[in-house]
Amino acid sequence: MNHFPEAWGRPRDDVYGAYNHSYLQTSGPKTHTMSPAVTGTSVVGIKFNGGVALATDNLASYGSLARFTDVKRLRVFGNQAVVGFGGDVSDMQYIDRLLESIDIRENYSTHGNMLNAKNLHTYLAKVFYKRRSEFNPLWNHVLVAGFDGEGKPFLSSADLLGTTFSAPHLATGFGAHLAVPILRRLFPDEKPIEEVTREQAVSALKDCLKVLFYRDARSLDKYSIAVITQEGIDLKEDEQLESQSWAFAERIKGYGAQTN
Amino acid sequence: MTSLMDHPSRGETIGYSFSQPTAAPVKEHSFYPYTDNGGSTLGITGSDFAILAGDTRSTSGYNINSRMVPKVFKIGGDDETGEGAHILLSVVGFAADGNALKERLDTVVKMYKYQHGKSMSVGACAQRLSTILYQKRFFPYYVHAILAGLDEEGKGALYSYDPVGSYEREQCRAAGAASSLIMPFLDNQVNFKNQYIPGSGEGHALEPKKAEPLPQETVKQLVRDAFTSAVERHIEVGDHLQVMIITKDGVEEVYHPLKKD
Repeated sequence: MNHFPEAWGRPRDDVYGAYNHSYLQTSGPKTHTMSPAVTGTSVVGIKFNGGVALATDNLASYGSLARFTDVKRLRVFGNQAVVGFGGDVSDMQYIDRLLESIDIRENYSTHGNMLNAKNLHTYLAKVFYKRRSEFNPLWNHVLVAGFDGEGKPFLSSADLLGTTFSAPHLATGFGAHLAVPILRRLFPDEKPIEEVTREQAVSALKDCLKVLFYRDARSLDKYSIAVITQEGIDLKEDEQLESQSWAFAERIKGYGAQTN
Repeated sequence: MTSLMDHPSRGETIGYSFSQPTAAPVKEHSFYPYTDNGGSTLGITGSDFAILAGDTRSTSGYNINSRMVPKVFKIGGDDETGEGAHILLSVVGFAADGNALKERLDTVVKMYKYQHGKSMSVGACAQRLSTILYQKRFFPYYVHAILAGLDEEGKGALYSYDPVGSYEREQCRAAGAASSLIMPFLDNQVNFKNQYIPGSGEGHALEPKKAEPLPQETVKQLVRDAFTSAVERHIEVGDHLQVMIITKDGVEEVYHPLKKD
């Protein structure tokens, strides 16, 4: 046994390897905000005739560890907008508190909370851009869904750099690679959103989540889905992916112990 | 305690973490505040007009973010419709910086009108834009801007910028991802570089063709040709072509389809 009391109870280098002290810096710039810790994966969204639908799974990963399996990543703002968060979960919770305080403040004004999804998106994009300009980014990529000032369906994206863009269908993270092609094939540009029904939109989102669960290692088969129409927001947070088929899995070759 | 632990004669050789405060190697910033959103812009002037055009594709890496993100803006007009604007600005590069820059210049032009009771001249706006860019010399707006309008004589005016504010008035300029494809085409077709008047001299000693302002229809066609060609050879350019034409009658905006592949 090590007879130096200072060493007692401390991880031994020959067992655990030397600790990486760059994580315990006492001087120099703050670095823990420079990379995400607990993260959520894709957010998928689509516009349809009379509204917008948004979906995420309920997983918060810690690196490759599926750390929290019941995290709601769709947040409702007021009665007219939903934000879907990808990226760092603590930054999501910070932004959620920020939005809640705005909602409360707005509700004290004469006309109540008049901020629509478009206003909310502009605000969030500016928060992201300000923080990236301070080199203290909020590590998120969000989709904002709801209605604009003219009452038309609104779906737009904002990320940690303050980059913004809008399209009839959007997805963040892995979904940008896997879900967007599916949505673009189902609902091509020539087909106006007025021809897409709510049922088609919701079923397309479920298909996307299923493909993401098959191929995105940081995803889950439990998901949340929000459908925003002029009638209100229909948010379901404890959904389960159905009719999965893993038949393709046995045909996958080239990994593991198999030899031929 | 520290002196004890550092004692050279101790028999133990096994190390352990947190034994002493270590001067850790400084961890580098892993955050890069810029990205490239691709796309290309192009401006050409004539004797009584200026044209500013850009594609509407937004990319990050090999992904297409959206097929409809315009990058030519009306400056100093109404917030929603852009009505009443007499200056155009195009920004290509990092889109978030481009938007921030657009909004700052728009505010400046509006404040100028409120304070002086007259519209800002294009020359003044051009100088101001340079100042705005240079103010962020050490954390630049990562964009190539082109400003267009009509000068005091009613002639088309075009100013092009680098990200830190160097600027120049020109007849034509291409910027962005496909600028290296479009600019040589413009040199040849707008400024008539390498074009000579046939039979004007002996052998190879021909007289160069003089550049002069082109009619609006010719310029419109040049802009469309430039972009259809750029789309063929550059993956970050495509989807739609946004064209804004500024004349004494105001600003006209049209969209043309481009290939979506």
